Amino acid sequence: MAHKEPHPDHDLIQGEWTEKTLVEKLLEPVEKPAPRPWKVVLAVGGALTLAWLYSLFVTFVKGLGTWGINQPVAWGFDIVHFVWWIGIGHAGTLISAILVLMRQNWRDSLNRVTEAMTLFAVLAAATYPLIHMGRPQLFYWVMPYPTHMALWPQYKSPLSWDVLAIMTYLTISTLFLYLGLIPDLALLRERSKGWRRRLYGWLSLGWTGNAVHWQRYRAVYVLLAGLATPVVISVHSVVSMDFAYGLVPGWHLTVFPPFFASGAIYSGFAMALTLIIPLRKWYRLEGVITERHLDWMAKVTLASGLGVAYIYLLEIFIAWYAGEPAEWAQQLWRMTGPYAPYYWAMMLINVVLLQTLWFPRFRKNLSWLFIFSILANVGMWLERFVIVVISLSHDFVPGNFHLYYPTWVDWTLFLGTIGFFLFGLSLFIRIFPPIAVAEMVHLFHRLRKH
Amino acid sequence: MLYGLMAYFDSAERLLEALRVLKERGYRRLEALTPNPVEGIEEVLEGDGRIPWIAFGLGVLGVGLGLFLQIYTTLDYPHNAGGKPLLGWPAFIPVTFELTILTITVGIFLFLLYMNGLPLAAHPAVKAKEYVRVLLDEYGVFVYATDPRFDLESTKALLRELGAEVEEVRRG
Repeated sequence: MAHKEPHPDHDLIQGEWTEKTLVEKLLEPVEKPAPRPWKVVLAVGGALTLAWLYSLFVTFVKGLGTWGINQPVAWGFDIVHFVWWIGIGHAGTLISAILVLMRQNWRDSLNRVTEAMTLFAVLAAATYPLIHMGRPQLFYWVMPYPTHMALWPQYKSPLSWDVLAIMTYLTISTLFLYLGLIPDLALLRERSKGWRRRLYGWLSLGWTGNAVHWQRYRAVYVLLAGLATPVVISVHSVVSMDFAYGLVPGWHLTVFPPFFASGAIYSGFAMALTLIIPLRKWYRLEGVITERHLDWMAKVTLASGLGVAYIYLLEIFIAWYAGEPAEWAQQLWRMTGPYAPYYWAMMLINVVLLQTLWFPRFRKNLSWLFIFSILANVGMWLERFVIVVISLSHDFVPGNFHLYYPTWVDWTLFLGTIGFFLFGLSLFIRIFPPIAVAEMVHLFHRLRKH
Repeated sequence: MLYGLMAYFDSAERLLEALRVLKERGYRRLEALTPNPVEGIEEVLEGDGRIPWIAFGLGVLGVGLGLFLQIYTTLDYPHNAGGKPLLGWPAFIPVTFELTILTITVGIFLFLLYMNGLPLAAHPAVKAKEYVRVLLDEYGVFVYATDPRFDLESTKALLRELGAEVEEVRRG
């Protein structure tokens, strides 16, 4: 046989594997007893989820008076966290969808766990507008249905676009995740016994691996990837228009859609790093989630973070250049008012510390990458806080200025969604393989045998 | 009762070659079972080019639904919001877009299941004792016993000749 150059992506799977040993390795999180850190995460997540349920109960029984929202800060922590969580979800769809279209082989090790991350992040996000209504049992009022009052939703309002955007996003990311799971579910069905076999049997829908089915399956998978890509961008753009449509100083900017979208990608990739670095260590997945994968994720984080940093500076420039007094006063209030520490902490993380990722030394240092990924999420949280709370607390009329003080219910709702996110994800990787087995085996086959 | 024969090949090339030979010999009721999508399978088994067209049709339907929903509800309950025109179409773009994507996504997923005959409670090939191999690293051909050219001994011999390990799949 003639000499063949190794595939350029050869080192995406490191170590000596055969298909069989690779599958054994990838199914370990599902088939072998869980490692101790998994139990800790599940327990902490579960406890926080219970606290979350309690704070939801308090909210529903006593009403929104238990929150710190006031006039004019009617959008408090809940909208901060809604935007924050939706943003975190974005990296999952991005890794799975855009990288499919670009035929980037390195996505195969990451797409499953990040898609699951998307699912739980969007679920966590979706609860916030629901409870913010105060009477969540009447959520169906936002749906178009014929009422006895002959009222319809107002489709010229970004708030009603938001409903449809979030629902579409949740549907498409769930279907995309599920579609990707089907072949793995069939494999698990054949390898397991008892209730697990029955569960995987039901969920795999009787997938047999028929070659013609595979051909249609790939066509639909790529099509859904192509559709999910603009949805990702549209969802966060619509969320940003909830703000940009308003006249509040600090919100009324046409640059909001790309601003929010790049922030979403930045925080999403940061959260993906926060999850993947420990997962890789605890399950010894160094062979399939290589340093090259993490390096690329860090590069995407840097690129999207630079977009965010650019717009921070642009916001200051526009406020000054436009010469609108309320807008400029808002900008100065952010920098020097009582919330200034939040603003400068955001600038420190998202503008200054971000620059470390230019250097391979920092990108390859996993401890720094892990710490930075957490800091980046804090930074993005601060950004949402700056946009929502700081803008609202300082509008046009000085008599109207009012600071915002979150209550314990606000904090518990926030920590609770983090708990729910961790709890859901840890259960997910126990029941479904966190790395797409069929795709990894396919990649292995392409890299090593062709 | 004999359902058919399951043949295991160790490479995709052998599978394609075997499918070609079986087709030439006049076998019709057979299925290729593979752990991954196999390139070149469309040349041997007939491919399916309908998906983009179905998706396009669903997209047109979605655009129509989205616009109809917004125009109908706006006319049914006319509301002057900030002096905007009653049917200000730029404001209708986001909802139309989302409903288009939603219609295609849900529709194409259901169509995929329909075209593939899923969900399926039981498939004879799954009854093969070594079936899990074709989900892992081998390539299988399942020849149904109901195929007009099927003959237990000669079909088995042919499959072995093509380089397969052969298993009889029976009930029970």
